[in-house]
Amino acid sequence: MKKIEILGMGCPKCKVLYKNAEQAVAELGIEADIVKVEEMAKIQSYGVMMTPALVIDGIVKTVGKVPSPVEISKYIKGE
Amino acid sequence: MLRIFTVLADYLTYDLFNMNANSHLAKSIHFFIEDTSKIFVLLVIMVYGIAVIRASINIETIRDYLSGKNRFIGYFLASIFGAITPFCSCSSIPLFLGFTQANIPIGITMSFLITSPMINEVAVLLLGSILGLKFMIIYVVIGMISGIVGGWFFDATKAEKHLLVFKQNDIQQRVAEKKQLSLKDRHEFAKYELQEIVGRVWKYIIIGVGLGALLHGYIPEEFISTYFHGRAWWNVPLVVLTGIPLYSNVNGVIPVAQSLINKGLPIGTAIAFMMSMSAASFPEFMMLKQVMKPRLLITFFILLLVLFTINGWVLNIIF
Repeated sequence: MKKIEILGMGCPKCKVLYKNAEQAVAELGIEADIVKVEEMAKIQSYGVMMTPALVIDGIVKTVGKVPSPVEISKYIKGE
Repeated sequence: MLRIFTVLADYLTYDLFNMNANSHLAKSIHFFIEDTSKIFVLLVIMVYGIAVIRASINIETIRDYLSGKNRFIGYFLASIFGAITPFCSCSSIPLFLGFTQANIPIGITMSFLITSPMINEVAVLLLGSILGLKFMIIYVVIGMISGIVGGWFFDATKAEKHLLVFKQNDIQQRVAEKKQLSLKDRHEFAKYELQEIVGRVWKYIIIGVGLGALLHGYIPEEFISTYFHGRAWWNVPLVVLTGIPLYSNVNGVIPVAQSLINKGLPIGTAIAFMMSMSAASFPEFMMLKQVMKPRLLITFFILLLVLFTINGWVLNIIF
């Protein structure tokens, strides 16, 4: 199962990213665990300086922007 | 080139709607049509264009570029980067910590944090199209100087002593490899940015232009000089003080400023107000409270107050 983390301290963009990730997972029809990471220390441990950030299986995929569900699906499929 | 929007507004207001050119309502409607059509057309072009360029700029590159630079070059570059990077107050803490960890002096980080919310492509565009090129250049230059001076001040006063010690985790460098961006990637990025930015700012612009239009049509020319004592020295610090806690989007304030300037509000006072509204906000202070001791936070607040007031005074003297 994929682990998708959304890093961000609750800004509006983080919520949009969370929704997009949910949509991507639903469209792919896979099982995934989508988690919001809001603690600063944890966000920082990924070396992320701009939120929201998208992390899939521990790898930072995007920083400081909101990728669309289509883009997120691509990241999930590892393209 | 921008005349086309005036022509459009002329046509709609006076010919199509057949309104009396001297009525208050016609003046307001003309203002509203001209400003909204102009702003939205330019907004789309400009946001898209900037995003195509920005697609390949990321904050890590900026950090690496800023670390180890000569201080004054550092302040200058940080202000430029601040201007071209989009800002969100919720990003200020991770950014602050990321920069500090890379041993970038606090002053350089502060230059970035001061300029970033103040100067952005939407604000610059609005200033240029509504208030004119001269006004836009003044705003950008003064905004950058504020960032540079502010940054220098924080280093000169050794502000790093007043940072809260933050437990630093080891950074797991697990960032996906950067791929080369194709034109299509840039287009995709720019398309998304366009939707996101326009989707976020359009309401502020409509409200701002609407307010501006009402002021334009209904407030008599001598309003400001009669009730505002337009040039009294204490007006500038007063508007700055009001502006800092007022959490507003600079994009909505600009059309209002246009109307007020036309009614005699001094340019310096207007710029000082716009800067204080956009540069500092309560949400940002609440965020910064997590990394700065109260004393440093208060210094930051006062510094902004002083800087913007001086900006306003200087501009009021020049113009």
